[in-house]
Amino acid sequence: MQISIRKLDQVTIVDVTGDIDLSTSPELRKVLLHECRELKVPRVLLNLTSVRYVDSSGVATLLEGLKASRDLKSRFIMCGLNAKVTQVLQLSKLLNVFEICENEEQALKS
Amino acid sequence: MSRGKFMLRMELRSNPEVLCVVRSALARLAELLGFSDSDSHLVILAVDEALTNIIRHAYKGQRERCIEVTFRLVQVAYKSVPQKALEIVLLDDGAPVDLKRLRPRPLQELPIEELKPGGLGLHFIRKNMDKVEFRRRDGRNLLRLIKVLPLAEPYQVS
Repeated sequence: MQISIRKLDQVTIVDVTGDIDLSTSPELRKVLLHECRELKVPRVLLNLTSVRYVDSSGVATLLEGLKASRDLKSRFIMCGLNAKVTQVLQLSKLLNVFEICENEEQALKS
Repeated sequence: MSRGKFMLRMELRSNPEVLCVVRSALARLAELLGFSDSDSHLVILAVDEALTNIIRHAYKGQRERCIEVTFRLVQVAYKSVPQKALEIVLLDDGAPVDLKRLRPRPLQELPIEELKPGGLGLHFIRKNMDKVEFRRRDGRNLLRLIKVLPLAEPYQVS
């Protein structure tokens, strides 16, 4: 998994590539919590366009990012979810909990 | 009784970094057996979560322990009808599993403050597979997962 960060006005865009699983989710957790809790950015956009797979530890990480942003009244948006990632969130009954946009352009306009 | 048709055995270290290798191999196996992309993903997720549980709970995060995974084609009675199925058996020699932990926990749509991700992996295993059996055998944990094959699978079971 690779993570890169772009800053755009009041938005931090976190681009993730690869699989989010037991091996890689701690790194993503660290990045998300740093942006939300320490930098207190008003909006975190997690671009998952290049993510092929998410397991339960990945779901827990996404949920933790969302909770951290809610605690600080900021926004946590995800975009570019493929069918497998969507299926995992459906199985977790969390699809409606997250703010999800089809792509980055839509997410930035929202 | 036949033990079914042996397809693949993997012996791996309990290092989370090898999980992606198992997923890749299983994706090709599921494709060979005619599973749809969606069903293939469900099986991969279940096996991945089972391995994750072994690493986290049976081996308590130790990375040099051994996990054995065997894939066979078998006949099972499913919904009172004999069916061809993929059997996946995972063996580890870690700490005995607390059977209370294996009880299913129904997921509900809750307010975000009340959401807890614990137990999700087990939920995926139970939800995604057609049969899930756990037992302790000869000092080892044995998890047997069954997924019934799609009706028109391209791989012929002899």
